[in-house]
Amino acid sequence: MRRKVSMTINGTQYEHEVEPRLLLVYHIRENAGLTGTHIGCDTSNCGACTVEIDGHSVKSCTVFAVQAEGAQITTIEGLAKGNELHPIQQAFWDEHGLQCGYCTPGMIMAAKQLLERNPNPSEREIRLGIEGNLCRCTGYHNIVKAIQTASKVMATGAGKEAKAPATVS
Amino acid sequence: MAISQMVGASIKRREDPELVTGTGSFVDDLPQTGLAYMSIVRSPEPHARIVSIETSRAREADGVVAIFTGKDIRADFQAPMPVTPTFVPDKKAPDQYPIATDKVRYVGEPVAIVLATSKAAAEDAAERVEVRYQPLPPVTDIEKAIETGASLIHEDLGTNLSYDTKFAAGDIEAAFREADIRFKQRLVQQRLIPIAIEGRGVVADYKKFANTLTVWSSTQIPHFVKVFLAVLLGIPESQVRVVAPDVGGGFGSKIRVYPEEFLTALASKRLGRPVKWIEDRNENMRATHHGRSQLWDVEVAAKKDGTLLGVRVTQWLDLGAYCSQFGTFMVIGLLVAQGAYRMKAFDGRGIGVFTNRTPTDAYRGAGRPEATFLIERVMDLLARETGLDPVEVRRKNFIRKEEQPFTALLGLTYDSGDYELTLGKALEMVGYGQLRKEQAEKRKQGTYLGIGLATYIEICGLGPAAATQAASGVSLWGMSVVRLHFTGKATVIIGSSPHGQGHETTMAQVAADVLGLPIQDIDVQHGDTAIGPMGMDTYGSRSMALDGTAVHLSAVKVREKAKKIAAHLLEAAEEDVVYEGGRAFVKGSPSKAITIQEIAVAAFQTNRIPKGMEGGLEATTFFDPTNFVWPFGAHICVVEVDKDTGAVRIVRYVAVDDCGIRINPMVVDGQLHGGIAQGIGQALLEEGIYGEDGQLKSGTLLDYLVPTAADLPSFELEATITPSPVNPIGVKGIGEAGTIASSAAVVNAIVDALEPFGVKDIDMPASPEKVWHLMHKNGGKQR
Ligand code: FES
Ligand code: FES
Repeated sequence: MRRKVSMTINGTQYEHEVEPRLLLVYHIRENAGLTGTHIGCDTSNCGACTVEIDGHSVKSCTVFAVQAEGAQITTIEGLAKGNELHPIQQAFWDEHGLQCGYCTPGMIMAAKQLLERNPNPSEREIRLGIEGNLCRCTGYHNIVKAIQTASKVMATGAGKEAKAPATVS
Repeated sequence: MAISQMVGASIKRREDPELVTGTGSFVDDLPQTGLAYMSIVRSPEPHARIVSIETSRAREADGVVAIFTGKDIRADFQAPMPVTPTFVPDKKAPDQYPIATDKVRYVGEPVAIVLATSKAAAEDAAERVEVRYQPLPPVTDIEKAIETGASLIHEDLGTNLSYDTKFAAGDIEAAFREADIRFKQRLVQQRLIPIAIEGRGVVADYKKFANTLTVWSSTQIPHFVKVFLAVLLGIPESQVRVVAPDVGGGFGSKIRVYPEEFLTALASKRLGRPVKWIEDRNENMRATHHGRSQLWDVEVAAKKDGTLLGVRVTQWLDLGAYCSQFGTFMVIGLLVAQGAYRMKAFDGRGIGVFTNRTPTDAYRGAGRPEATFLIERVMDLLARETGLDPVEVRRKNFIRKEEQPFTALLGLTYDSGDYELTLGKALEMVGYGQLRKEQAEKRKQGTYLGIGLATYIEICGLGPAAATQAASGVSLWGMSVVRLHFTGKATVIIGSSPHGQGHETTMAQVAADVLGLPIQDIDVQHGDTAIGPMGMDTYGSRSMALDGTAVHLSAVKVREKAKKIAAHLLEAAEEDVVYEGGRAFVKGSPSKAITIQEIAVAAFQTNRIPKGMEGGLEATTFFDPTNFVWPFGAHICVVEVDKDTGAVRIVRYVAVDDCGIRINPMVVDGQLHGGIAQGIGQALLEEGIYGEDGQLKSGTLLDYLVPTAADLPSFELEATITPSPVNPIGVKGIGEAGTIASSAAVVNAIVDALEPFGVKDIDMPASPEKVWHLMHKNGGKQR
């Protein structure tokens, strides 16, 4: 009953025999071992499982692994370049856009798509754009700020603004 | 305190790089080999006898390792699950075991466990377990639960009443006699489902020959879990280790020692291999405890000039099917319902009943949002009765700054507070006078703006040990270990167990100032029972006030010892040695300083320290405060209500909160944002709805509405700082304040918007449907 499925995740080719009913999110977590993509519901509401499939942000719990045959997938683990965070990751850190961090990978993947489609979104557009991702910790306030900051940084390619909190690492 | 660099700074959290890159370690992410996966067969019936459980078909399924029913494993548990006496020592609390044997009492109660080689195999097999039930009439209504003839949930108790208790002070009859104004109101605290975005999960690894048990659990309370695993499973406590790894939110829902922790551990013990159980959302909404589910009936006595005289209130609490571990904590609502106001008498009665629903326990604020909702709704109702502005009514009744520390009617003493200060600031921020004018203008044009206030106080920072032991049977304090290493780096171990609060950063800030060490040289560890002597974990906005203070005190002890060693090395009298910025020197000769790193080395070369001194540079503190801490603040919500749709939009949300000294203002604001959002969720969206058939109708995230980004505004926050006198760093708590204030502020705003329609109250959640009906009950006419 198992079927062979191959796909590229964060530039690496993965080939596995899977049950046809296996959801992509489990495939990513258990077969590819990329546990940054989380699971927060069973009704496609929470967005914790959001990844990018062929350039579209998708809730990976809504797709069977076999449907992603041949796909190019990016997960949260694929965003940073070496030690350099993606500007959205950096902005979430700078603006305190996370608390427990469980929603964060999905939230960042959703934000990435949002900014690709609309590089300079208004607050309302940001709020509507991440409506499919639930966060129970932050009240979204700093998530919105983080996306605004990322939008500015990505537009100018510049570093962070001075007003952000002190970095002590 | 010495010149502070780190405390008060919005330092970015050291927790975050892992979490933003997807390399955090939540329970389900932990690598583990040889696992068996557990799936739990749960009751679909709210109230029924178990007639039989047939497992033979399930046993034949692929990958099944073992199946245990309640009867198979009941005898393995050496005691029932813990219930604390919290506030009501003489309540009826039936024994609850982790798994049902003869009878089920709520939908979701475990009846059998299936262990298999994969999660899917375990779930497949669980579906093949055939349980026959003989249904009994379910009890689903708080008041009807104790009517005669109600179906008995625990037959041996002979009643569905757990307790009926009183908290009263002052002459309430006299207050009502003196009153010109008397009114009554029922306030509904609907059932809420906490929904941490990470559900619960447990991995247990029992080693047979060593008789050791290691458990990783998505919990707020690893230390409690350790003790009770040892007790129930009969393993010496010294052989049990519990780790809370990264935990994806709690909000009180992970404050209990749960059936699944015992079941996973027991399965591992039975099988002799590690076992993993990960809760899915469907289970989470039924098996993880719920919050609120109360009715508050209030009667108010006041004078025409707005002076509050007395409040009589009955709090009905739906405990659900059992008395949960801290299930009666919520009567604390009665103890603090006096709020920020003077009154002559308070008469509170708490009635706790069993129903065939998921047990209730702490949910963010736990009793205190209910209390604030009560007194803040009362203030607005009183304003309506007297025709005074809600601001004036509050000002008239405020406990004054000069009266602090203020002993409230029921004997609790507020540590400090200046309620006028936070209110004044909030009014200024929102532009209150102008806003009232705008509201009047807009009403003429058929646009309904509402302004709602909540000026709250909160009791938190649980200790003190004696008071918490008297109230709850649990002696609560803060714990820390501060340890300097040979190379001058430090490890701080805390007894609290964060799940998003950022303790690794904020606790390091506290220690850095005392030790004068660069913050990056201080590592903070938590959530592992093997690393420190004991901990009282994280809930009740207690971590900074208790464990944070303990960190401060341990760091002071380390610093004092370092000074002694420095004096010895410098061949000076200890009184002549100054310790500053991580360096010790003889007064007046700072250039001849020795550094903390050099002192640390000496501490481990015991020939170099004073005779009679122990080696090492380390201190442990159990901090027991003299009082609780009492944050306070003023929240103002501005809403616009759409007459055509009944939709409520939050236009502005302004809050001024005072949690004493703020260690990290960025983190404080973050706690407030999340807290406010949860209170707004209660006010507008969330409701755990049970049908009369005992089934949870809003049992998925499609039906149970957690606020999304689009439902909420950005928040406008300011702070005032009134240091707490009960701990040396002057901190209070902030984890729950947002939730404690916000549902009241939102509902007050909605009722204010609907004032032209003669509306005095609305039940939460204020759905568009409810709002629309209230606006249209007189054919949409205004009064
Ligand atoms: S896990 Fe995919 S949307 Fe919730
Ligand atoms: S940070 Fe905890 S759910 Fe978003």
